[in-house]
Amino acid sequence: MKRKLLLLIPLLVFVVLAGFFVVGLDRNPREIPSPLIGKPVPKFSLPTLSDENKIITEKDFAGQVWLLNVWASWCVSCRTEHPVLVENAELIGVPIIGLNYKDKRSDGVAWLARYGDPYSFSIVDADGRFGIDLGVYGVPETFLMDKQGVVRYKHTGPITIESLRAVIIPKIKELKEQ
Amino acid sequence: MIPEIGQFALILALVLVLVQGTLPLAGAARGIPAWMSLARRTAQSSFLFLALAFGCLLYSFIINDFSVLNVATNSNTHLPLHYRIAASWGSHEGSIMMWVLMLGMWSCAVSIFSRHLPEEVVARVLGVMGLVTTGLLLFMLLTSNPFERLFPVPLEGRDLNPLLQDPGMALHPPTLYMGYVGFSVAFAFAVAALLGGRLDATWARWSRPWTTLAWCFLTVGIMIGSWWAYYELGWGGWWFWDPVENASLLPWLIGTALIHSLAVTEKRGTFKIWTVLLAICAFSLSLLGTFLVRSGVLTSVHAFATDPRRGMFILVFLALVIGGSLVLFAFRAPRVGTAGTFKIVSRESSLLGNNILLTVACGTVLLGTLYPLFLDALNLGKISVGPPYFEAVFVPIMAVLVALMGIGPMARWKESSPRELRHKLRWPLLITIVCALALPLVLGRTEWKSVALLALGFGMAFWIITTLVAVVLERLHHLQGGFTDKLRRQPRSFWGMILAHLGVAVFIIGVTVVKGFEAERDVRMAPGDTVSVGGYTFKFVGIAETQEGPNYSASRGTFDLIKDDKLVRNLYPEKRIYFSHGMPMTEAAIDSGFLGDRYVSLGEEINDGKGSWSVRVYHKPFVTWIWLGCMLMTLGGIFALLDRRYRINMRKEAKLPLTGENDLSGSAR
Amino acid sequence: MKRAINSFFCVAIFCFLNAAPVWANEAIPTETDPVAQKRAMELAAKLRCLVCQNQSIAESDAELAVDLRQQVREQIAEGKSDKEIIKFMTDRYGDFVLYQPPVKGTTIFLWAGPLILLLLGLVGMFFLLRKHAGKAGEATVPLTDAERARAAALLRERSDSEV
Repeated sequence: MKRKLLLLIPLLVFVVLAGFFVVGLDRNPREIPSPLIGKPVPKFSLPTLSDENKIITEKDFAGQVWLLNVWASWCVSCRTEHPVLVENAELIGVPIIGLNYKDKRSDGVAWLARYGDPYSFSIVDADGRFGIDLGVYGVPETFLMDKQGVVRYKHTGPITIESLRAVIIPKIKELKEQ
Repeated sequence: MIPEIGQFALILALVLVLVQGTLPLAGAARGIPAWMSLARRTAQSSFLFLALAFGCLLYSFIINDFSVLNVATNSNTHLPLHYRIAASWGSHEGSIMMWVLMLGMWSCAVSIFSRHLPEEVVARVLGVMGLVTTGLLLFMLLTSNPFERLFPVPLEGRDLNPLLQDPGMALHPPTLYMGYVGFSVAFAFAVAALLGGRLDATWARWSRPWTTLAWCFLTVGIMIGSWWAYYELGWGGWWFWDPVENASLLPWLIGTALIHSLAVTEKRGTFKIWTVLLAICAFSLSLLGTFLVRSGVLTSVHAFATDPRRGMFILVFLALVIGGSLVLFAFRAPRVGTAGTFKIVSRESSLLGNNILLTVACGTVLLGTLYPLFLDALNLGKISVGPPYFEAVFVPIMAVLVALMGIGPMARWKESSPRELRHKLRWPLLITIVCALALPLVLGRTEWKSVALLALGFGMAFWIITTLVAVVLERLHHLQGGFTDKLRRQPRSFWGMILAHLGVAVFIIGVTVVKGFEAERDVRMAPGDTVSVGGYTFKFVGIAETQEGPNYSASRGTFDLIKDDKLVRNLYPEKRIYFSHGMPMTEAAIDSGFLGDRYVSLGEEINDGKGSWSVRVYHKPFVTWIWLGCMLMTLGGIFALLDRRYRINMRKEAKLPLTGENDLSGSAR
Repeated sequence: MKRAINSFFCVAIFCFLNAAPVWANEAIPTETDPVAQKRAMELAAKLRCLVCQNQSIAESDAELAVDLRQQVREQIAEGKSDKEIIKFMTDRYGDFVLYQPPVKGTTIFLWAGPLILLLLGLVGMFFLLRKHAGKAGEATVPLTDAERARAAALLRERSDSEV
């Protein structure tokens, strides 16, 4: 009997492995959860895209729910995401702040003029330092902050209509009601 | 038309392997000779059809038939002919085609070289291989058809991934697959033995050469892959513990264990159950590697287009093949396993130690590779397991294994006197300790950590070498006659063991020296600038734009490699832009030598108006020994294959009727 | 995207290198302090590039990797310890960025795993050795004449081969 059990071990190991593989099949190993969630948004003090001399900090958003969308004119997938934001800016119903990431100012301005501007305003992170503080690794990325300035949700990659309707808008509603 | 012929050939092959996988097995179970005799013919004819299908795919690539989706996505008219050929196995679909073709090739080879085997065994072995081929062919036809048409037909195809446009990468997959698939023979023999209830020394002898051959291919395949990474990726690394590399290392480790345990099973009739399990595991891990690479459950540098449907299919296939064989193992493994006795100090026990350590090493690599997946599946967060982990856990296990490697060949079967062993090992041990401690100091290292690492590495290598010398001397001591005559009288399998073990030592020396003494400089250079590393000076002469490539343009740098104020040679590293991808590729230039490589790769151009570039230069002492070691291991395998006894046995066994009654193992069934 | 990455790479290197004023014939190292450089590269080799994901940031030429290498160098220059720099990274990117996972509750099996496997192996080996050594002699089943003849034939053939 003991011997029989020993011979069953390889099979059991395989069954456990296979179980993990079944679960693993619909996970995306490339997506990295943000350690910022549940923590206050990192401090920043950055100029806006339209006016170099106007400095914005995280304190300017106290008391409101807001979205921070990281974008750049060189970013290809931003172009697929952008129309979704432009068309649904009203539906989203909270300020959307653009973070123009490692871009040339003139390129960024031209890009917004061409594809539309869904943002309340965009702030400029030319050297990518704030991007590092946010843990940005693949533009576009979007962060959702609550009234206390705590990061509540992060979306990596282009926002689609589906993800907007299914996840982001319900979350915004929930945070607004708090 | 041609792609349709290919497609049709695949379907015919599927029908044939379906027959091969069913009737002979049923025939063997019920004792119907006519059904059993189908095995050989179906194996050979299905191989012909698979070869035909592969030929059609090759043809489509050669003539640039972009109406075939696979060709259109992986080739174009600018691609040189040899890479168009290589492109036929560069894609996911093509590589599965290659897999199946090789599986057919091995089946066919078994059917030809198994004249001396009992019909029943052949029927079972080929039947099992037929079932495996059936699964893979179904996978190919249902989810990854290489002949899928594309309409409207594009005028130009995309391109083969520039990383793959390289001789090393053209050769790496076929050899690696030959190794992976080759383990299917050992697997089939093991399953056949379980099905037939005949698990004895003869079984081990039959599957041994096949296993060794597959192992040789796998060794070469892994070596080419590592060599490719070294010169193509541009930063001089040769092993990254990437999931795909690990996936090839797992069957290699178990395959190595299998080779050794087959020796015990054949010679002494022991470890049978264990050997069967290893044979099943070696092939299972090959399949698992394929699943990991293609299903997208792990991130890897090898980005095959992943598709969850494919992942699910392979997973079901894995469950059937691996699960099925393990169920069979659990319920059919013989009740009595302990034939033959041996003492704690004996060759058997040292080989048992070898097997356990290799299996633990394999389990460790598997654990590290899959752990991120485990955590993610349990929603416990995402982590990365990389080189620091693997190096920390793998090296100690290998160190113990190497210690055993010195003792094993010296121990006798059944029982060795510990005192005699101590006596024999005394000189090797002394020389090893002295060299291991002295060498790092002689080479100018004083920091204790680096001395310790070097001493460990050199110690391992010298231990292997000195004990091997002792083994050879002892062998010759007992013989009479001239020295060369005595050498010649040793069987080839003995030399095979010596060479393979020597290969491990050479490999370890390469790793130790390169890790301990490599030098790297990361500099910016304007024309005329020099940088020195490892006693050599690199002088940046200049850079020129060339259009020499058929499908790329390149910035080609010229460097003078200078030693002692004398020009050794010129080096021409390139930065290529492939037209189709627009992706810059680094082509390092290497001055390779027996004692080390000088390596230069271009970074990026710096817009300072002086024509400056960022440049990485490396001195990699003894790096070639890493691959030399692998080649020696392979050579050892080939020597073992050429051993006289396989041929003699083949001839003799053809005459002697082999039935269940007269096997020599004495196992009570 | 790729082109942009490269131009940024150039810019980053350019800005950084301009700090070095020497224009000798000797090539200019990208880092002036060799000890700090070595530390930076060792640290960078332990950090996973999040863009390419299968290279360390020491190896990768991706823009983010260049920036993070720069971060590492700066923080070393500021006199931060390795621990502090690693914490800086994990605060932003999580444990994913570490190629050497930290020892904690969820990774306990990862780090203890090899040892557990080895112990299991040793226990298995112990029992097997005891079993084999404990037996009095070979399991002897009398040979038939045919078997005896074959054994003799085999012995003659293989007298010179051992492994």
